[in-house]
This record gives sequence, C-alpha cells and structure tokens, in this order.
Amino acid sequence: MTIFKLLRVVAAPLAAALLVGACAPASQPAAPAGQPAAQQAAGSDVYIPLISKGFQHQFWQAVKQGAEKAAKDFNVRITFEGPENESQVDKQIEMLQAALDKKPKALAFAALDSKAAIPLLQKAKDANIPVVGFDSGVDSDIPVTTAATDNIAAAGAAADKMAELIGNEGEVAVIVHDQTSRTGIDRRDGFLNRMKEKYSKINIVDVQYGGGDQLKSTDLAKAMIQAHPNLKGFFGANEGSIIGVLNGVKELNKEGKIVVIGYDSGKQQIDAVRSGVEAGAITQDPIGIGYKSVEAAVKAIKGESLPKTIDTGFHWYDKTNLESDAIKPLLYN
Amino acid sequence: MAAQAITQRVSVVRSDAIQRLLAFGALIVLFLVFSLASPNFLSFDNVVGILLATAVNGVLALGVTFVIVTAGIDLSVGTVMTLSAVMTGVFITNWQLPVPLGLLAGVSTGCLAGLVNGTVVAKMKVPPFIATLGMLNVARGLALVLSGLKPIYFNDTPSFNSIAMGSVLGGVIPGLQIPNAVLIFFFAALVANWLLTQTVIGRYAFAIGSNEEATRLSGVNVDGWKMGIYALAGLFSGLAGVLIAARLNSAQPSLGLGYELDAISAAVIGGTSLGGGEGTILGTVIGAFLISTLTNGLRILSVPQEWQTVITGTIVVVAVYLDIVRRR
Repeated sequence: MTIFKLLRVVAAPLAAALLVGACAPASQPAAPAGQPAAQQAAGSDVYIPLISKGFQHQFWQAVKQGAEKAAKDFNVRITFEGPENESQVDKQIEMLQAALDKKPKALAFAALDSKAAIPLLQKAKDANIPVVGFDSGVDSDIPVTTAATDNIAAAGAAADKMAELIGNEGEVAVIVHDQTSRTGIDRRDGFLNRMKEKYSKINIVDVQYGGGDQLKSTDLAKAMIQAHPNLKGFFGANEGSIIGVLNGVKELNKEGKIVVIGYDSGKQQIDAVRSGVEAGAITQDPIGIGYKSVEAAVKAIKGESLPKTIDTGFHWYDKTNLESDAIKPLLYN
Repeated sequence: MAAQAITQRVSVVRSDAIQRLLAFGALIVLFLVFSLASPNFLSFDNVVGILLATAVNGVLALGVTFVIVTAGIDLSVGTVMTLSAVMTGVFITNWQLPVPLGLLAGVSTGCLAGLVNGTVVAKMKVPPFIATLGMLNVARGLALVLSGLKPIYFNDTPSFNSIAMGSVLGGVIPGLQIPNAVLIFFFAALVANWLLTQTVIGRYAFAIGSNEEATRLSGVNVDGWKMGIYALAGLFSGLAGVLIAARLNSAQPSLGLGYELDAISAAVIGGTSLGGGEGTILGTVIGAFLISTLTNGLRILSVPQEWQTVITGTIVVVAVYLDIVRRR
C-alpha cells in the first residue's frame, strides 16, 4: 500500500513534467518550458486542496459538491481527496503531506485525528499557507477558522425529540459509529448529557459502537433490542449506525414499538422516515460545509479576517417537512 | 505405503475430532455462561439472530477453508464479496435484468476473481498472501468504481430481499421463522463438506497442503487444481455477496474490509491448520458460530466494545495455540 502512495506522490510531478515536455515545444516554442503549460493546465492559478475524512461516503460526496460549487463561484481550483475509511489516520497524514508539497495558496482539512496532524499544520503555518478546518475541529489555533456542524448541539436536539416522542420516560439505547473520532464523541456526549441534564426518568441502557458498518450495526442493534425488551427509543449517530438500527427493528418486528431517531440522510433512512418506521433525523448541511470551507479559504488568502468557527447549521426532519424547500436540498440519496 | 497412509489418515481424523470437540465444547460453554448471565440470551429470536449473524461470515469461511487446506491463504474474500454484491446490484437495479441473472452475475464475479487469484498463485507463482492481497485492493477499488461510490438499492425488486430474509421453512412449519440466509448457509456447508471429503478436489486439496512437491511428482496437475480451489473460494465469496446484499437490501460498496480476518479466524478456530493439509467443514461451521455467539453474548451483557474485541482476539490466539500443542 505504501507503494501506491509512493506512486501517487511520484506520479503527479512526473505527469506534470511529461505534460510540459509534450506541450511546451508545440504550443510556445520560444517560451521557457513549464510556465505556459502550467497555466494552460489550470483554469486558475489559485489552488486549494481539500483533505477530507473520506470520499466514498455520500456525505463526503455532498461536501465535495458544495466545495466544487464554491470553486466555480470564486474561480479557484480545488482537489478533494480523503482516505478510504475513517480510521486511516496515517493515510490522511500522507495526503496532507502530499498536498503541502504542491505549495497551495490555502488548505482545507477535516482532521481524522486532530492532534496527529499538528506538526504538518505547523509547517503550513510557517510557509504562510492558511489552513481552514472543516467538518470537525483541530485542537490547536493554527486553523484560521473551522466550518462545521455543532454536533453537541445537534445531538442534544435529537435527545429533546426522543424525550418528547417517548413521553419523557423509559429505556433508550444508542449506536455510535466509533468511540474515538470527534463526531462520534460529540454526538454521543451531546445526546447523553442532554438526557442526563433534562430528563431524569429516561434511562440510557446501552451505548455501543458499530464502526459505521451496516451489517455489523444490524446484528449489534438486534442484540441490544434482545437484551432490553422494554426499549422505547433507539438513536443511531450516523448513517451506517441508523441503517443497522432500522434493519434490527425490522427483523425483530418492532416497527412502531421503538421510536427510532437517526442522523444524516441516505436513501434507506429517508424511506424509513417517509414510511414512519423512523420518527425523524438530524441532518447537517454537507453542501454548506464544503461551500463555506472553500469560501473561507478564499477569504483567508485575501487576508480578510474570519470568525473562529463557522457554524454550518443542522436541522430536524421528519415526514412532515421531508419535502420542504428548507430540508430537501440538504438530503442526499 | 498404503498402511502408512491409512495410519496417517486415522490420526488426522482423531486429532480433528479432538479439535472439533474442543471448539464444540467451547460453544456449549459459551451458551451456558451467556444463558445464565442474561435471561434474554436463550430466546428463539436471539438464537435465530446468532444464526443469521453467522451466515455471511460462515459462507466466506467455507471458501477460505479450502484454500487454507492447500497451505494457501485468501485475503480477498471480504472485498470480493463486496464486488459480487455490487455486481448483483448493477445487474438487477441498474440494468433491470431479472433477479436470477443478477444472482448468477454475483456468484460468477466471485468465481472469476477467485480464478484470477488461482492463476496468479499457481501459474505466476506469486505467494498466495501477496496475490490475494492484491486482489483485496483490486476488488475493493472495482466495487467503488462500478457502484459510482454509492450504495445500490434493491427497492424495485422486493423478491431479492426475501432470498436472505424470507422464510421458506416458516412457510412449511408455521412458527419456525428461520430466515433463508441461514438455510443457504447450512446447505452451502453440506455442499462444501461433500466437496472436501467425497470428491477429488477435496482430496487433492489435502494432498497439496500436506506435500505439494510429492503431489506434483505423483502426476497430479497441481496448478490446475489450485486454480480450481481458489475459484471455489471465490464462488463462496460470490454467494456471500448475494447474501449480504439481500440482507441489507442494498449493495454497500465500502463494506468488506476486515471480513477476511473473521472468515480466516472461523476456519482456524475450527481446527483448519494454516500449515495446510488439515481442516474440516464442520470445524469451520462451529468456529463461525463460536465467533458470532461470543459477539452476540458480549453485546447482550453490554460489555464495552473495546473489551469485546480484546476477548475475541484472545480466543483466536488460544484456539491456534491449542492447535499447536495438539500437534506436538
């Protein structure tokens, strides 16, 4: 796998060199090689790489969509890449390194492990490359700003909805994607703390972690429902987790008997909300996250001052507002 | 010569029996402990849940057992499963072809990937670890490319979901609502057992695993049979791909990584020796049940997840250690 990484790092300059070799003499024989070709290749010379936490998940595809829209609006060139899954901290660091080696004007970064990236971010700062955090924060003051959902507040809102729907008392279980990522911790704690502070009669009987894997989360949810026959509510903290909860509820014929609340969207979840099996979910604004992080990077390049955090917002959706103009654009299939 | 072969065979059977007994004993102990610890463990629904949770990993483990018996390894079973699931989705949902054709496409994709593994191992002499590691990445990448990075859903073809989640048995015997996925797993295990013990492919798998050079010198087309065995493992991965897609009612292109280790663990716990030449299907089935029973029971008891993985990891090492002690 390191070989692939090496190839990628080697291949980019190599391809550029080939391009120069091939184009320069033909198009502008007299000009010094390199410069004209480089300008030809790029639509704009402001280059901003975005290093995300992933690329294959639809959430990241939506973030990418927003970033591309902003790139068009502000006439900058972006690249969007991320590791294959959200535990590959090492791969992300390598991507960050490779991006910095290209000497970009600014950098947008969604940290998998905010502390692991600090040495490289310091290098960026020393080279006067402004860093914009997105999706989740970096525990340092290097990023000029961070465009992200306030996951603690959002999960708290999910807890309020849960309490309301189960009548402020009873047993509730939670499946989270993992116990180490910022979003996992924030959503779990946001939900649990709100329950503890405001709803003393609600008992969180179990919190488990399914790694965002639909099949594993399904079997996990089933075991949890079996273990707690009086369960009244189930919260899934990301798309993979909630799909598991929905499958588990369905396979055990508990539809309608357990109040299910989810996070993010995706076709299966939206269908479940529409049919009423899932009471509703919290959606972030992934397109907004992508758009605002590129916008912030452009502002940072121009030297404009930015707030420390840009709250990209969250919304509760259920079958009553699923099709509304405010919600529909935020949901992805 | 013949007498020697017979005694060897007898000792193989006997040591396998001990291992099987050991794994089976462990399974019984787990059931007892969990039943005493939680009243919710030994319910019909939960036992069915355990069986269902075994199905996908179990089918993968069946295939990988054949490869391990030849002293090889197949690291690609998990992602080949994913690729097969995606291919099924492409056929049924994207191209709107009939469901049986989609099943065929899924299983053939797995078989084809296995055949490529076999060719690279047998003809190009690439060590199985590297060859199948390559396939692991190729299949994972292809699954993402073919799916366009998005899950493919089977919402227009409700019959597809019932392949795994319907219950033919429940239709025959009311009340016995055991999902088809479980029956398919058992049926696949019977077929695998027949192939491994009663047919020439099984016999040569043991021969290659015990002494590849001797097998070659006695005139067996070792390369050809190896290709067949890897293709067979691929076929089981393809079947697992259909099962996981049917259960999740979607082909999830980013799943699959890590599934190969669970499958290999199941085979090894069941007494299949990584050194080759030894292994039984019954052992693998018990190994797969042991893993899912352990996972399920620990969850029912609300053991923190970090400790669940520690315990599962320890069990695998202990199982392999016992295997080594037994062989001394």
